[in-house]
Amino acid sequence: MAEPTPTPETVSVTVDGMTLDVPKGTRLLDACAQAGVDVPHYCYHPGMSAPAQCRMCLVEVEKSPKLIPACVGSVTDGMVVHTQSENALKAREGVLEFYLVNHPLDCPVCDQSGECKLQDYVSAEGPAMGRSREPKRVLGRDDFGGDVLFYADRCVMCTRCVRFMREVAQDERLTVVQRGSRAVIDTFYDEGLTGNIWADNIVDICPVGALVSKDFLHKARAWDLDRVPSVCPNCSMGCNIRLETRDDQVMRLKPRPNPEVNAHWMCDFGRLNYNWMNRVDRIEAPLVRDASGRHVPMSWADTLTRLAEALRGAGGGGGARAVVSPFESNEGMGALRRVMEAVGGGDGVFRCEQGEEVVLPGFPDLALRRDRAANVVGAELFGFGRTGRPDGKGGLESVGAHTGVLLVLGDELGDAPADFGANASLFVYVGQHLAPAARNAHFVLPATTFAEMEGTFTNIQRRVQRFWPAVRAPGMARPAWQILGVLLAGISEAGAPGTAADAFGTLGAVCPEFGQLAWADLGANGAVLPGVRELQEMGD
Amino acid sequence: MAYPYRHPAETLVISEHFGNPEARTLKGWEALGGYKPMRTALGLDRAEVVNIVKASGLRGRGGAGFPTGMKWSFMPKKEAGKPHFLVCNADESEPGTFKDRELMRWTPHALIEGCVVGAYAINAEHAYIYVRGEFFEPAQVMARAIEEAYAAGYLGKNIMGSGVDIDITLHIGAGAYICGEETGLLNSLEGRRGEPRVKPPYPAIAGAFRYPTAVNNVESLIAAAHIVHHGADWYKQWGTEKSVGTKLFCVSGHVKRPGNYEVPLGFNFREFIYEVCGGTPSGKPIKAVIPGGSSVPILTADELDIGMDYESMAAAGTMLGCGSVIVMDSGTNVVKQVRRMVDFYAHESCGQCTPCREGTAWASKILKRVERGRGTPDDLDTLLDISDKMSGKTICVLSDAAAAPIVSSIQKFRDDYLALMDAGQLAGAGGR
Repeated sequence: MAEPTPTPETVSVTVDGMTLDVPKGTRLLDACAQAGVDVPHYCYHPGMSAPAQCRMCLVEVEKSPKLIPACVGSVTDGMVVHTQSENALKAREGVLEFYLVNHPLDCPVCDQSGECKLQDYVSAEGPAMGRSREPKRVLGRDDFGGDVLFYADRCVMCTRCVRFMREVAQDERLTVVQRGSRAVIDTFYDEGLTGNIWADNIVDICPVGALVSKDFLHKARAWDLDRVPSVCPNCSMGCNIRLETRDDQVMRLKPRPNPEVNAHWMCDFGRLNYNWMNRVDRIEAPLVRDASGRHVPMSWADTLTRLAEALRGAGGGGGARAVVSPFESNEGMGALRRVMEAVGGGDGVFRCEQGEEVVLPGFPDLALRRDRAANVVGAELFGFGRTGRPDGKGGLESVGAHTGVLLVLGDELGDAPADFGANASLFVYVGQHLAPAARNAHFVLPATTFAEMEGTFTNIQRRVQRFWPAVRAPGMARPAWQILGVLLAGISEAGAPGTAADAFGTLGAVCPEFGQLAWADLGANGAVLPGVRELQEMGD
Repeated sequence: MAYPYRHPAETLVISEHFGNPEARTLKGWEALGGYKPMRTALGLDRAEVVNIVKASGLRGRGGAGFPTGMKWSFMPKKEAGKPHFLVCNADESEPGTFKDRELMRWTPHALIEGCVVGAYAINAEHAYIYVRGEFFEPAQVMARAIEEAYAAGYLGKNIMGSGVDIDITLHIGAGAYICGEETGLLNSLEGRRGEPRVKPPYPAIAGAFRYPTAVNNVESLIAAAHIVHHGADWYKQWGTEKSVGTKLFCVSGHVKRPGNYEVPLGFNFREFIYEVCGGTPSGKPIKAVIPGGSSVPILTADELDIGMDYESMAAAGTMLGCGSVIVMDSGTNVVKQVRRMVDFYAHESCGQCTPCREGTAWASKILKRVERGRGTPDDLDTLLDISDKMSGKTICVLSDAAAAPIVSSIQKFRDDYLALMDAGQLAGAGGR
C-alpha cells in the first residue's frame, strides 16, 4: 500500500472576479495564469530567479498601497487581485511606452517579429501612440560568439540572458555593463559565448529580438513557420522540442518544456544539427534488383508481395542478421525484431557515434549525452547489440559476410565495404539514402526520417516519448514500422498496423517492458518504462 | 583652524568639535571626553541599549526618518552560525548633502563609537563603514582613526576588557549614488553590481551576505552613542514631540553663510535661512528652496514659515530628507536646475527597473529641449504623466526622487517653463 499523499494546503485567491483555490506558496503570476489571465512579464522566467525589475507584471492587490509585481511574492489566503484595474493598466501602459522611448521600430527586419513579447504586449496593452519626440539611443550590434548575435538597441534589459548564464549554465560569460539607460549586456572576454554549448538558450528566452541566432538570421519569418512537437534526435537525452518548418524544410529546432527531461532548455549541438533532415538525396520509390543486377522501381504492393515470398522461402537458411540505426523509432525497431524472428531469429547490431558528455549545471538531469542518437536505449531493449567504433563506423565485417537473410534498417552503410551483404541469400535495405554498399541489396525500401513520421523514442531515462510528423515524406517513402508491419502481415498471421499507435501496441510481444505502457499514457511529455524489478513484481 | 561659520542659535551636540583638529586624534578625542559613551553602552545589557535609543525617539538621519531603535529591534534573535552585521551608510551622495562628510572629517572617533554601540546593540561582531568613493579625505581620516582605535583596544577582541568583540572594516565605494540605497549598498559591499534588492526580505532578515543586518546613517549612529550615554530624556529636551533631538542641516546655494548647522528639529525654517545662514548674498529675494536634498519637492519663498521637522515638512508637501537645504534666489533659472537634477538621476539610475531607466533619461531629454526653448506646453503634461508613471512603481525610490522636483517645479514654477517656451518661439526655435 502506498502511503496516502497529504493534501497540499491551499489558499483562496480571487483574480479579476474569479475565485480559485491554489496551493499555498503559489506565485501570484501563476495563480493569475490559472485564472486564465496572462499577466505580461519580461524579466521573470519559470526556469530562473525573479528579479522583479521589468515592472511589466504590476497588478493591483486589494489592501496593498502600491501595485505589486506578480512575479515575486506568493498568494495569501483571501487575496483579491485586479489585473485589469485602471491603475494596473495605466502602469503597464506606462512601462510599455517607456520601452518604446528607445526601442527601434525595426520590426520589418527583426527576426523576432511575430513572436516578440514587446509587439504582443504593446498591441494588447500599450499606448496607441508614443509621445517621445527625442532621438533614440543608438548602440549597434555585437557578435556574442557561438551562434548568438546581439542587437543592443532592441534589448529591454530583462537580464534573462545574464541570469541564464549565471544560474543555469553556471558559466558567467555575460553581464550588464554601465547603468541607467546606458546599460547594455556585454561579454567579458573576446571569445564571448563560444565554447559554451548551452548559449543558444538565451536566444529562446530573449523576449525581443536583441539576441538572435546567426543560423536562423533572416531565414524565415516567424508567422510562416509551422511548429510540430517532437523529440530532439541528436543524442540519447531526448530533449522535447518543436520542429519549426517552412515549405517542408526544417528551419530550426526549439526546446519544448518538459520538467522531467530538459526543463526549458536544449543544447546547441542538438539544436543546430538539423540539416540532415532536409537532405534531398533520398530514396523515393521501392527498388527491386532484377536478374541483371539493376534496381527497378516498383509499386509497394508488388515489392512487398515479392519480398514476403522471398522471406517465406528463406526460413531456416542460416537465420537473420540485422543492422539498425539508433535514430530509428521504437516501432520500427520492434517490427524489425519481429521480422527477424519470423525468419528464424538471429543477432542484430547498431552503431552509434559517441562524444563527450556535457551536463547543464543548473539542471543536471539534462546533458548532451555520450550517445549521439535518440534511440540507443530502445535499440538495446529490442535486443540489438552495440558494435563499431565511437565514431559510429566499423564493426560490420561479420554482419556483412552473413550468408542468410540480412536486414538493414536506417543505417546508411556509408563506410561499409563494397562487398557488404554480397553473400547474403536475401539482403533487404530499408532506409533513406542509397550508399554504394546498400546497392548490393535485393530489395531497397524507402523509409521516412523521424521528422516525417509518427512514432516514439526511448531516452536515456527509459522515458518513451512521442514525436509527430512535421514535414512531408519524399516520394513513396513510408515509416519503417508501416513497411515492416505490412511485410510481417504478408509472412505471418499478424495484422498490419494502420497507425503508430497500432505499431506501438505490438511492441510488448518482443519487449515486455513496452507491454506495460499504453499509447494513451505517453501524452506530450512521455512516460517511463517500468524497470526489471517492477516487471518482476507485476509478475508475482 | 576654525570651522567656517557657526551661529549662536545652534545647539551643538554632535557637531561640537567641528573645526577642532584635536578631535581627529585618539588622544585629543579622549581628552574631549571621547569613548565614554562607548564604555557606558558596553556596560549595559544589549536590549537596554536598544530600549534607550527606542525611547529617545531618534529617527534615522539618512533621509527616510525611520526610528533607529525600532530598526534595531527588528533584528532576529542571534542563532549559532548566523552572524549579524552592522553597516554604516557613509555613502552620502544626495546632491546638496555634506553632513556625514564633516562628521567623519572632524570626529572620526565619534563614528567608531557609534558603530560599536550599534553593533553591540544588535549583537553584531562586525561593522562595515561604507564610505562614498569620492570621500578621499574622510576615508583617510577614518582609516587612521580605526587604526588608532585598534591599537588602543577600542576595537577588536575583548574591547576594553568587556568581553565584547567588534571589528570595523572601512569599505570605500566606487562612486555611485545608488549605492547609498541600503540594499544597493549591500550588493556593492558584497562585490556585486550596486542594484537595489527586492524587498522583502528586508536587511534585518537577509542583509549583508544574506545575514541579518542593520544599515544606519553616520549621523544616526553618532547620535545614538550620545543618547545611550546621556539617556533618552536628555535627548528629548530638543525637538518636537515626534521629531526629537538636534539635526545637522547642510546649506548651500544662494546664502551668505553656507555650511553645516546643528539646530533642534522644529526650528523655524525662515529664521534658519535668513538669520542663521544670513539670507541671500545678492540681496535678491528667495525664489525657491529645496529643504531636504534634491529628491524632495521644492518650496517657494512663501512656504518657508514652517518648522524644520519631519511632520511640518510633510504637511507642507515636502520632506525633511537628510536636511540638505538648497536656496535659490530670484535670479535662478528653475528649469535649468531641475534639468540638472534630472540629468543627475538619469546618470545615476542603476538601470534595473524600466520606469526609472527609461523615464529618467526621457525626462532629461525633454527638459534639455525645453531649456533650449524648444518645448511646448504639451511637454509639461508629458513630464507630469511620466513622473506619475515613475513614482511608486520601481524597486527603490530613485525613480520617485527624480520625479519629485519635476512635479513640484511644474506645479509651482509653471510660468518659468512657459517663459522659456515663449522666448524660444520668439527666437524661432520653438514649436509652441
